[in-house]
Amino acid sequence: MKVPEQVRRLALLIAILAGVTLLARFVLIPRALVSTDLHWAEAVQREVAKPVKFAGAVACQDCHEDVVVKKAKGFHKGVTCETCHGPAAKHTEEPGAVTPPAPRDRRFCPACHTYDPSRPTGFPQINPTAHNPLKPCISCHNAHDPVPPRVPRECAACHAQIERTKAVSSHALIACTTCHKAPERHKSAPRAALPSKPETREFCGTCHSAGTAAKDAPKEAPKVDLSTHGGRSLCWECHYPHLPEGRT
Amino acid sequence: MNERRAFLKGAIVFFPAGGILSALAREAAGAESAGGPPGPAPAGQPNGKKAYNPADHLYGMGIEIDKCIGCNRCAVACKAENDVPDVPFYFRTWVERYTIARDAEVLVENISLGSRKETAQDVREVLRTFFVPKLCNHCANPPCVQVCPVKATFTTADGAVIVDDKRCIGCRYCIQACPYGARYLHPKTKTADKCTFCYHRVVKGLQPACVEVCPTQARVFGDLKSKASRLVRFTRMNKIHVLKPQLNTEPKVYYAQLDGEVR
Ligand code: HEC
Ligand code: HEC
Ligand code: HEC
Ligand code: HEC
Ligand code: HEC
Ligand code: HEC
Ligand code: HEC
Ligand code: HEC
Repeated sequence: MKVPEQVRRLALLIAILAGVTLLARFVLIPRALVSTDLHWAEAVQREVAKPVKFAGAVACQDCHEDVVVKKAKGFHKGVTCETCHGPAAKHTEEPGAVTPPAPRDRRFCPACHTYDPSRPTGFPQINPTAHNPLKPCISCHNAHDPVPPRVPRECAACHAQIERTKAVSSHALIACTTCHKAPERHKSAPRAALPSKPETREFCGTCHSAGTAAKDAPKEAPKVDLSTHGGRSLCWECHYPHLPEGRT
Repeated sequence: MNERRAFLKGAIVFFPAGGILSALAREAAGAESAGGPPGPAPAGQPNGKKAYNPADHLYGMGIEIDKCIGCNRCAVACKAENDVPDVPFYFRTWVERYTIARDAEVLVENISLGSRKETAQDVREVLRTFFVPKLCNHCANPPCVQVCPVKATFTTADGAVIVDDKRCIGCRYCIQACPYGARYLHPKTKTADKCTFCYHRVVKGLQPACVEVCPTQARVFGDLKSKASRLVRFTRMNKIHVLKPQLNTEPKVYYAQLDGEVR
């Protein structure tokens, strides 16, 4: 059968067009425009160029050796600095210009230490509403070396109940010997050598007086006007000294 | 007849122009790569360390369920490191609480959302309860890569599945396709976003942010190609499970002590 001339010409034209299209797609159009490899390589470069915000566990060592050494021995040795202080890469570059915040707030520690049944057993947990409420955790536990606060063992051996009471009170950090001068002999012959007990209102005033008497006292100690507060009564007629309650 | 001639003339003028364009583009793109899988260009480093070669590495993560305390530091750190919007529902990594009741009902909550529902546990008798940190599994056989219509998501030579945000058209196919729910549409860029294993950190020898801040070392990151990596040791020492093994996605996030109920 004879193929008509028009059909042959049309076929030729189609063949040429197809050839040109293929040529354009695979030879003329640069690979850069179709190749995913190059786009991907660029995307990877963009990814790599993103800024690092957490400096990493070893970055703090050079400048904060004291804290690092302290923490390395404590219960928080596995908790990195930036877990609590937040991303600090900027701070390591310009320590003067940017300082990371320190989480002093009581709401911070419970993120890890609130009692939660889903937590692995054995992980130290507390009930934040019952565990020494209102006081910042760091007033009793050092964040870099958190051991349960230790009260002098010796007094505790015989005055365990007072010690337990005091340990959860706002006077937890005040040593027994700040308020009682105890002779060494009291520990072997307790009744023969009794320790002293505070006798005056002024004694409590050394920390709680609103005037100049308490200028060396811890600044967390709330202040009262000694001349009017409580009238002429001794302070411990109203406040139990081992568990003082003031704020209602 | 005349029209045909005009067309052919046009084509003759057009093609050399194409050639010139091509040459220009080639120059702009620099020397073409050999066409291997992508990775950061092995640039010489000034501090004398060996240049980073992505082909030498294959990254993965290990997660030890018994160590996770559900403190959510990982999710918080991830958001800070990677500029993930600081509002709920957008996560590259998150933590789920599983509560398995005696009647075998399984309750799953995303605790990274912030709202704690204590009541759910009191109601039924709890058989066991624990936390499961989740993130992109960086599958060796990733469904998200398969469905992307514009090849905007791909696996790097060192095993991270990442998104080319310039190529992504925000069609959300990958978000639908991911069996682990690890992707989200970034509300600002309107492109798919996901965990990169903190690629910008690991190529510099740092740990991903979530691993960095984990207080109990429940997360272990490492190189599967290095015999002496913590991850390889982790996979040797523990009985390992992956999520949804039946889907044959071949995840590179390995769970130890994974409960059978975890999906
Ligand atoms: C180059 C030295 C340097 C490095 C590295 C460094 N710091 Fe500091 N840091 C300083 C200096 C100096 C100050 C005191 C700045 C001031 O008081 O203005 C400081 C202060 C701090 C403070 C105190 C803030 C406060 O409220 O008192 C914290 C917290 C801190 N750094 C955390 C870190 C952490 C976490 C790292 C590691 C990621 C780190 N630093 C690394 C030099 C450094
Ligand atoms: C468990 C959380 C936690 C961790 C982990 C932690 N810190 Fe702190 N850090 C705190 C808190 C809380 C304070 C505030 C203490 C205070 O005011 O008494 C603080 C205070 C500081 C200060 C300023 C006051 C001071 O004691 O010198 C520096 C500096 C500091 N931290 C550095 C570090 C470094 C370096 C590391 C890592 C080795 C680290 N911290 C790890 C919680 C933490
Ligand atoms: C990111 C999680 C995290 C945060 C935040 C955190 N801790 Fe811890 N804490 C731990 C881990 C982990 C341990 C060690 C547990 C272990 O050894 O099993 C620990 C141990 C402790 C212990 C010792 C408990 C014991 O066994 O006697 C105390 C006390 C403690 N932390 C207090 C604090 C205080 C106070 C803060 C706030 C400044 C704080 N923690 C913040 C993770 C955290
Ligand atoms: C008034 C002092 C005081 C304050 C404030 C305080 N604690 Fe304690 N904490 C103690 C004492 C004392 C113990 C040890 C005795 C006990 O278990 O109650 C202890 C024990 C702990 C333990 C160990 C529990 C265990 O089972 O091993 C953790 C964890 C702890 N505290 C965390 C915190 C956190 C978190 C806060 C803040 C929300 C906090 N503490 C506030 C005094 C305090
Ligand atoms: C060997 C056990 C023992 C030790 C250790 C001990 N005490 Fe005592 N303490 C006693 C006894 C017994 C009494 C007398 C109680 C009584 O008379 O009802 C006493 C009485 C006291 C009194 C009351 C004194 C009075 O006039 O009523 C104070 C205050 C006191 N001790 C403080 C301390 C302090 C502070 C320490 C630690 C330095 C300490 N004790 C260590 C056994 C001990
Ligand atoms: C803030 C000062 C203060 C501290 C700290 C303190 N005490 Fe006292 N203590 C007193 C005062 C004041 C009295 C007298 C109370 C009274 O007479 O009602 C007293 C009374 C006592 C008494 C005899 C009466 C009683 O309440 O049983 C004993 C025993 C005692 N203290 C032991 C201790 C021990 C042990 C510690 C350390 C764990 C301690 N105290 C810490 C202020 C303090
Ligand atoms: C060494 C200093 C010191 C001495 C001495 C002292 N206190 Fe305090 N007291 C404090 C501090 C510090 C606080 C607050 C602790 C905190 O809130 O962090 C405090 C708190 C109190 C509070 C408030 C408790 C509350 O929960 O609001 C009362 C009441 C109180 N003391 C009574 C007394 C009495 C009574 C005496 C004398 C027996 C006394 N204090 C002796 C340091 C002292
Ligand atoms: C007549 C009973 C009484 C006597 C005596 C007394 N107080 Fe108070 N004190 C109170 C009451 C009630 C409060 C709580 C209401 C208030 O803030 O006034 C209080 C509160 C306090 C507070 C907490 C204030 C605050 O801002 O949180 C301190 C500190 C305090 N007293 C110290 C003392 C000292 C020191 C003495 C001895 C000089 C003393 N008190 C004597 C009844 C007394």
